[in-house]
Amino acid sequence: MSPRKIILRFGKDISEKPVIYKLVKDYDLVINIIKANVNPNKEGTLVLELTGEKYNEGLEYLKGQGVRVQPLAEEVFRNEKKCTNCGVCTDICPTGALYMQRPSMKVMFDSDHCIVCQLCLQICPYKAMEVRF
Amino acid sequence: MTSERTYAEINEKIKSGKVVVMTAEEVISLVEEKGVSEAARQVDVVTTGTFAPMCSSGVFLNFGHPKPRIKMQKTWLNGVPAYAGLAAVDAYLGATELPEDDPCNSKYPGKFNYGGGHVIQDLVARKPVLLEAVSHTTDCYPLAEVRTTITLDKINEATLFNPRNAYQNYNCAVNLSDQTVYTYLGMLKPNLGNAHYCSAGQLSPLLKDPYFLTIGIGTRIFLGGGVGYVAWHGNQHFPGIQKDQAGKEYGPGGGTIAVIGDLKQMKPDWLVGTSILGYGATLTVGIGIPIPIINEEVMRCVSVTDKELYAPIVDYGEAYGQREPGNLGYASYAELKTGSVKINGKEVPTAPLSSYSKAKEIACLSKEWIQKGQFFLAEPVESLPSYKDELQAKILEIKDV
Repeated sequence: MSPRKIILRFGKDISEKPVIYKLVKDYDLVINIIKANVNPNKEGTLVLELTGEKYNEGLEYLKGQGVRVQPLAEEVFRNEKKCTNCGVCTDICPTGALYMQRPSMKVMFDSDHCIVCQLCLQICPYKAMEVRF
Repeated sequence: MTSERTYAEINEKIKSGKVVVMTAEEVISLVEEKGVSEAARQVDVVTTGTFAPMCSSGVFLNFGHPKPRIKMQKTWLNGVPAYAGLAAVDAYLGATELPEDDPCNSKYPGKFNYGGGHVIQDLVARKPVLLEAVSHTTDCYPLAEVRTTITLDKINEATLFNPRNAYQNYNCAVNLSDQTVYTYLGMLKPNLGNAHYCSAGQLSPLLKDPYFLTIGIGTRIFLGGGVGYVAWHGNQHFPGIQKDQAGKEYGPGGGTIAVIGDLKQMKPDWLVGTSILGYGATLTVGIGIPIPIINEEVMRCVSVTDKELYAPIVDYGEAYGQREPGNLGYASYAELKTGSVKINGKEVPTAPLSSYSKAKEIACLSKEWIQKGQFFLAEPVESLPSYKDELQAKILEIKDV
């Protein structure tokens, strides 16, 4: 079964519960945490890549706990107005989602290959790469 | 028809709409097809372009006098200090200047989200910018503090003056160390993980006039989307010819130009605030220099291709910072543009920091301006030093004092 990317959002009550531990222990899911953030109000966002036979059961468990679950779609995007097509991101992007079209030397972005590592957000000199949930 | 022409003859043709203009990219195929002599007969002007971070950039500002007057000893624009050790209400804002409270690299690698270059872009975008100034008071300047907002159109002058721009050629940076390094040429992965270069190659203005046959003091140029001029040779202007240890030549080295122009004419698409992770803030500048084809030699120079132009490959993991001489060889811009280059026997992925597609846009825009009769060529009042002057970089000696 191929990994699926999801976004979890939870309130203050959940952030103190070991829900991820339960996903591993009780549902035998392989988890890759792509992004995690808990704000000062203890509300959290978690972007996960999940693999495992009990994927659906795991999701049901999360929903039962009050976690809002949604699939991850077009998370990193390029602000075309800010991008100067310099290309400095193209050898940093680990999956080749950002690449140079030749001979035009324009930067292309194939979001299907993006794993939301967000390296491009850090290194783009013009802050042209943005993340949207 | 002769292949020699004067600036006056070219400008006459611009005025009458009969001028023949090509970009430095277009002229390559013409020369390949028809030869240098015939191309020189046909074409009057060849346009070039470059669009890349250029740290030695900044703007002289005159804010106008408030009532009552203030001398302005120290000034800040959106929190970024601008040097005010000039006459009252004059200041110079440098592209790499940072707010005094920027954490810099204390949280490594630093983000450098906002600096002088970003303020310049905000000014050009006609955004209101916070001006803060303090001063000692004098009998003629009684005010001690000012806090207000300005916009580009509400101040007297804004003169972009960049003392070192449009590098003729630049290093291709790699990292031989075993740790990631963050440089002005971007993030370099350890153990030759990638190679970054920064030149428009066959479109780059000073690579297309390597001996400074036409580019000199007073040359009219495309600067930041407006019209500017070459003011002087740039700082660190070393226009020698690159040679390897065996004496083989690898084309032009490191000429630079100082440029000047009215910021009020410029556009935010061509002057872009820039943040380089782990390094600093700067300004990306668009520059284009139309080259008049005054003779065959000039045409021969403008028609060189990426295959004949080379960047020296330099280790930024250790050698560059320690100012160790030498390099790891040369790579042609044609090779670098393929996305991979062989260094020390290893295929290394490459990426540019200079936007080739923006450089091309600049060359096309300049061409359009000339064809429409909106841009005339200026004959230099003085030549710039060339390879013949054998200029060498001096080393700053650190003395025991």
